[in-house]
Amino acid sequence: MMFALELPYWQLTIIKTVVVLMIIPAAAVILGYVFLLKMMAHMQSRMGPMEPGGYHGWFQLIGDGIKFIQKEDIIPSEADRRVFALAPLVVLISTFLLYVVLPAGPRLVVQDLDVGIFYALAVSSLGVIGVLMAGWASANKYALLGSLRAAGQLIAYELPLVLAVVGVVIQANTMSLQGIVHAQADGAIFGISWIGNPFILTQIVGFGVFLAAAQAELTQTPFDMPVAESELVAGYMTEYSGFRFLFFFMAEFGTAFALSAIAATLYFGGWYQPFFEDGIMADILGPVVLGAKVMLIAFLIFWIRFTFPRFREDQLQAFAWKFLIPVSLINIMVTAVFKVVL
Amino acid sequence: MAVADQQRVSYIASQAADIRLNVELQTEEMTLNLGPQHPATHGTLRIIARLDGEQVVKADVVCGYMHRGYEKLTEVRTYPQITTLINRIDWLSSFANEVPFILAAEDLMEVEAPPRAQWIRTLFFELSRIANITLFIGEMGVQLGAITPVFFAFRDREYVLNLIESATGGRFHPNFDRIGGIKDDLPKGWIAETKDAMRRIRGYCDELEDLLMGNEIFEARTRGVGVIPAEVGLSYGLSGANIRASGVDWDLRRDAPSPLAWKELDWKVWTHPDGDSFARYWVRLQETREATKMVDQLLDGLPSGPIQAKVPRIIKVPAGEAWCHTENPLGEMGYYIVSQGGLGPFRVKIRSASFHNVSITPWLLEGVYVPDIITILSSLYFILGDIDR
Repeated sequence: MMFALELPYWQLTIIKTVVVLMIIPAAAVILGYVFLLKMMAHMQSRMGPMEPGGYHGWFQLIGDGIKFIQKEDIIPSEADRRVFALAPLVVLISTFLLYVVLPAGPRLVVQDLDVGIFYALAVSSLGVIGVLMAGWASANKYALLGSLRAAGQLIAYELPLVLAVVGVVIQANTMSLQGIVHAQADGAIFGISWIGNPFILTQIVGFGVFLAAAQAELTQTPFDMPVAESELVAGYMTEYSGFRFLFFFMAEFGTAFALSAIAATLYFGGWYQPFFEDGIMADILGPVVLGAKVMLIAFLIFWIRFTFPRFREDQLQAFAWKFLIPVSLINIMVTAVFKVVL
Repeated sequence: MAVADQQRVSYIASQAADIRLNVELQTEEMTLNLGPQHPATHGTLRIIARLDGEQVVKADVVCGYMHRGYEKLTEVRTYPQITTLINRIDWLSSFANEVPFILAAEDLMEVEAPPRAQWIRTLFFELSRIANITLFIGEMGVQLGAITPVFFAFRDREYVLNLIESATGGRFHPNFDRIGGIKDDLPKGWIAETKDAMRRIRGYCDELEDLLMGNEIFEARTRGVGVIPAEVGLSYGLSGANIRASGVDWDLRRDAPSPLAWKELDWKVWTHPDGDSFARYWVRLQETREATKMVDQLLDGLPSGPIQAKVPRIIKVPAGEAWCHTENPLGEMGYYIVSQGGLGPFRVKIRSASFHNVSITPWLLEGVYVPDIITILSSLYFILGDIDR
């Protein structure tokens, strides 16, 4: 990317925008294919689609996308048309903004903000505005219940998400995601500095809380009250069809990818590998290393998703307020004490 | 403006403010219409729930969307034709529907099937119980949000359906029972296959016990939800696993006189004292296990001999009335046949378990949360065809 840095600002911005725009569907397709079509099918002892595209049905999801685009775009007659149409875009924009601060290499980052992680967690919660818009504008009681549940859930689980990250921020002394990667790369485990010091070793509690809260942010299964298909049909997505539904789908999987990437950056050292400190090779290997870590964390998320039943609304809130938040507060305290002592 | 007028104006204003305040504090009730088309009701059951937030104030159950008029249809059909019809009442365990009807007709005709036929009847009765309840055990998971168990259920139910198909020719609707016996003897190699399938079903039960019943979220969602005290359950006419989960030790296979082979087997009636959704799930799981053991015993002790008693080629049932009920997978199922002589019955009253089991839902759903509606409905386990007939 050395050459790219010499380009004028507007060209650079266009390139970055296009790259991020392409990453979201790519991430959604990869996660959807690997976990939804293959891993879930395997866990449920059935075969995922095998025919489209020749090899293991790799074309299936792209075909699904084409199918969604061909479908009629239905807007209920009672719906608030403009809000209804805008809602999926708002959800997708929140996902889009998440990718802005994700570092995939020493220079492979759209914008390395000083408050990177703070920004990422802030924009990740923007999506709920879209969800509320969708639920309210659909003129459907299931959608309304679903979106209100989503709002309640987001308020409850944004807190443990932020509090879990505070431990990392204390340890790394910075909120910049790039800085957190470097802090882990420069660290050492009992003097062995070969692989640095991934924060998972010291922040394992924080990682657990982060993963649970991320699961809730993504409205994935133990916490999928907002879309609970056996009671609310499809929650806030009930009235959506065609490409608007596809937007919700892409946003969900795109956000899953982004949150996994943030978890990988915060706890597993992000793009860092011990062979190339800097230079073009680090930029080439960085996305590969990060991608592998993302798949590992996404596997955990989807494993839980396909195994557990879902919480009830009150149990869900109790789990956040009575368990996750106290645990993450204790985690912050312990981290802070060690930070001062050591 | 006079003082009195001013006082009145301020009084009216304060009243208006009070009303406004009251309006603001009052929460509005919402009517949520679940069904007739809804993913949770696996059929066309409609529940009109008045909600206060997420809490149910009052719920009404509307059934009859699938009414097919079987009781009336039986009046214009001959007895062999009726078995085809009543196969469709509880479509997941069709053979079990045939048995009480045939037994009632046999009672009127005063014929009795030979022992081998009775044993094979019992065998298919228990197999259809397994086919029915394995699906429930997995499906309960999907209602609570765990999608995986239902696929295991479909996978392992397939073995049982294959067995029924290979012996009777029909996977879902065997139409195998005849007055005075059964249609065919068992095919070759079937006994070994059945034993293998029963081993698989036991493995499936263990798997689900691990996967679902050991899960903390599952317990949190089902324990204490939809508690039916024994006397309430009895007053609503509940039967089957629903009432046994409330601690009532009542099973028609053991307690009612029946020519079928249950009396000669070594088995146990499972009950649970709690009466909640978890108890109902637990009792059904144990019953499936028990049924596989019964099938094994039936296969071992299968007597030899004919499978059909001597009956006239054209079946005419003498005038009279007969009632026969059996312990079907969903609960007590009975037929009251009124015959005036002739090829078909004069009137048949069908007592199906689900209709009575579902009647308790308005009582149960009061004050629960919306997700619990689904838990309670799926734990009561009804089949729409069995409600509406």
